[in-house]
Amino acid sequence: MILKPLFFYLFSFVTIGAAFMVISSRNPVHSVLFLILAFFNSAGLFVLLGAEFLAMILVVVYVGAVAVLFLFVVMMLDVDFAELRQGFLQYLPVGATIGLVLMVELIAVLAGTVVNANVAADAVTPIPPLAEKSNIEAIGALLYTKYIYFFQTAGLVLLVAMIGAIVLTLRHKEGVKRQNVAAQVARTPETSIEVVQVKSGKGI
Amino acid sequence: MASFVDWIVGWVDWFVTWTFWDSYTGQGTIIVAQVLAVLAPLLLAVAYLTYAERKVIGAMQLRKGPNVVGWFGLLQPIADAAKLLFKETILPAGANRVIFVAAPMVTFILAMIGWAVIPFGEGLVLSDLNVGILYLFAISSLGVYGVIMSGWASNSKYPFLGALRSAAQMVSYEVSMGFVIITVLICVGSLNLTDIVMAQKTVWFCVPLLPMFVIFFISTLAETNRSPFDLPEGESEIVAGFFLEYSSMTFALFFLGEYASMLLMGAMTSILFLGGWLPPIDIAPFNWIPGPIWFFGKIAACMFVFLWVRATFPRYRYDQLMRLGWKVFLPFSLLWVVLTAGFLFAFDLVPNR
Repeated sequence: MILKPLFFYLFSFVTIGAAFMVISSRNPVHSVLFLILAFFNSAGLFVLLGAEFLAMILVVVYVGAVAVLFLFVVMMLDVDFAELRQGFLQYLPVGATIGLVLMVELIAVLAGTVVNANVAADAVTPIPPLAEKSNIEAIGALLYTKYIYFFQTAGLVLLVAMIGAIVLTLRHKEGVKRQNVAAQVARTPETSIEVVQVKSGKGI
Repeated sequence: MASFVDWIVGWVDWFVTWTFWDSYTGQGTIIVAQVLAVLAPLLLAVAYLTYAERKVIGAMQLRKGPNVVGWFGLLQPIADAAKLLFKETILPAGANRVIFVAAPMVTFILAMIGWAVIPFGEGLVLSDLNVGILYLFAISSLGVYGVIMSGWASNSKYPFLGALRSAAQMVSYEVSMGFVIITVLICVGSLNLTDIVMAQKTVWFCVPLLPMFVIFFISTLAETNRSPFDLPEGESEIVAGFFLEYSSMTFALFFLGEYASMLLMGAMTSILFLGGWLPPIDIAPFNWIPGPIWFFGKIAACMFVFLWVRATFPRYRYDQLMRLGWKVFLPFSLLWVVLTAGFLFAFDLVPNR
């Protein structure tokens, strides 16, 4: 099949191009849209690998939820580029130093790695063929047995992060009219209507 | 006569066994033909859904609806399409051109590609994905991009407000939709749409999972920005919302996309809860009718309820919409997931064990 490598190169090149545009485009909204394009093409790469579940989850979680909120925030930012660039030369030495250190570290790490030619055979749990065992079954069998503690811990960390964000932002304002649905539904004619007999010419 | 029949049979035989079909071009031709076989009826259905909407709402409000163009107004959708086609496409001066034009295309394409995994009958499906329902969920969650992109690219305040409303609304209702889908999945034990339909052979899931069915239906209303959740377009306060600046074909693409995604949601509801192409009871008069017709009928029934809701309910207030999504549907569907899982486990009904 010639189509598979063709699609592989298509997806990879678009991913790399989009990733480059994420950091180089001037408009932050364009950056986020390119990020979404990169996510999409990575999902395509996952599909080519036979990891359809991961591909779909990538689209649902990252594109469908995370990137939407990202875009939401970025659209509302009023970024003044002139002001952002003001101290550019002043911060250049510091930024360049940090970048250089990170690059050296990356090179040091990557230089020491050897790609094992038998990586598929040496895996802790071998990847079963798609026809035999579906993606979800394989992931579930591993995630809920061997890695159950890590999985639950990751969930707890996210839960704590969520609670933290809510605690930091939730303020109960005084003097704001709020809708209390239970109270609204519980109202009866007796509690809300008063029938008054008004004599003519008298008023209440 | 017999020789003529032989001649026809010979040609058909030659055509079917032609080696061209095995080549890349041949395979490509077959795929394109299959895609067109799904999309052409779909676009026709979209056109007549707009007609049905006007007729149904007209009848509910004791009006006649479109009745001038063609018999019973049947050519009205075609007249509308021709009108939109010949109008001028206006690009606002302050708009971000590329995104402005891309947004309606995104909406339209997303509404179309979801149909790739919909099974119309047993084996009648373009692509029988193992993760079909997840694919549909992913596609429906992407629908928000068309709206956000158009709202931002228009560079105008009302579209922007519409886009923000829509983003918050669709993300909120996706959560409860996800839980509803999980409930169905733990009853089926597969993410394949054909398996989901086949699991409903004895009883449709709308019977044992009735509350989930209701929640799912209401969530699809919110997900497609239909009334009573059509705040993103809210004519009364933000003019027309996110597609305010659009005209001509760009507007038509939004319109088509919105109605096609309504149909897609109807198809999703039918597959998840109404037994897809299966007849209600597998006995004589019902199972004579072919599956695709049952499927079509179920989608039509869902669409009728969509229109009925539109003619009946007033629009929600935004805080009430958020309250319903986060404080009512989310806890309830979460509870129901736990209940269903517990029930299946306690009575040893868990599939694939």
